[in-house]
Amino acid sequence: MGLELVPVSRPAPGSGGITGTWRTLRPVVDLKKCIDCGICWLYCPESVIDWEKGQKIKIDYTYCKGCGICAHECPTKAIEMAPEAGL
Amino acid sequence: MTVRIDLLPKTKYVVPGNSACAGCGMMIGLKVLGMALGEEAVLSIPASCASVVQGLGPKSGVALPILNVPFASAASVATGMSEAFRQLGVKGQAVVWAGDGGTADIGFAAVSAAAERNSDVLYIMYDNEAYMNTGIQRSSETPKGAWTTTTPTGKREAKKDVALILLAHGVPYVATANIAYPQDFYRKIKRASEIRGFKFIHLFAPCPPGWLFDPSLTVEVARKAVETGVFILWEYDNGELKLNPPSSALVDKSRRKPLVEYLKLQGRYAHLSEDQIKQMEEEIDRKWQFLLRFAQAARPRA
Repeated sequence: MGLELVPVSRPAPGSGGITGTWRTLRPVVDLKKCIDCGICWLYCPESVIDWEKGQKIKIDYTYCKGCGICAHECPTKAIEMAPEAGL
Repeated sequence: MTVRIDLLPKTKYVVPGNSACAGCGMMIGLKVLGMALGEEAVLSIPASCASVVQGLGPKSGVALPILNVPFASAASVATGMSEAFRQLGVKGQAVVWAGDGGTADIGFAAVSAAAERNSDVLYIMYDNEAYMNTGIQRSSETPKGAWTTTTPTGKREAKKDVALILLAHGVPYVATANIAYPQDFYRKIKRASEIRGFKFIHLFAPCPPGWLFDPSLTVEVARKAVETGVFILWEYDNGELKLNPPSSALVDKSRRKPLVEYLKLQGRYAHLSEDQIKQMEEEIDRKWQFLLRFAQAARPRA
């Protein structure tokens, strides 16, 4: 059954559910304006931004809660917070 | 030492889809802790937002080994872990990740005892200035004047300076850090983990629902706290106390931004009168003078 005697949780995405449904605003990236600095990746409290220098950023919308820190901190304003469809 | 962003580890120590509020400041700190210590860190977490954000079992939203322990016991548990590491020859750093309530109020006796024993523990107090996960009740770290649900007209008492209290314990390393300056926090964790004995870091971590500001402003609020002089970045290492940038460039009062730039971002300060803000400014300046005298007294030994 895979049951454990000790109550242990193991790291896995979605421990709080599909948190992308919390979002009212959606971060939309304009990669042409992106200077590949990594600041949004560094500050994202949810770790939903993937980044490697030279490859620019990618956002995981399944779990992004839409806080907007990335858009606020972006030095070139390459991220815009747009209302989610249906809101 | 400057820390290059692109060279920081890309492992996700904060796992997407956890139970933290949108824009949680503490999660930025937890990310940096993971980057700095990786699998070497074993966390002792008392009742706090940090125990809630891990989410529902059998999943965990934080990819670090964690013991969730009773409120007042975090520092004692970490002492036990560090002793076990030593006796078993395991390379590990016992870390306490506790809130301001679990440190300055409820856990204080255990913190003080672990510091007095000089246990090999890295104690990080993430400070969101109230009991947030239970519904924003005031703590001894809530600043004077701030609204909470138990101080509806603003707190009357001053904020307790835990870092200076720990400094007075004679421990080898004490520092303050701020989530708006992750590289500085990263460097301080790295430095602290090199030292055997009790290390204390006071991490400033804004809370959007508790401080009543938009979640996109978490880093902005944290940065303004430093730029206006409300929160001072400093480090006590090897008998020397020094200010860290950008606080080190703000000793001259005229170089700090006006306090209102910090206060106006947050609903918890919306009720303050001009007189009260002036009084707050004076208190901040007194705090600076007090700390600078400490810095002068704790100079490197020749």
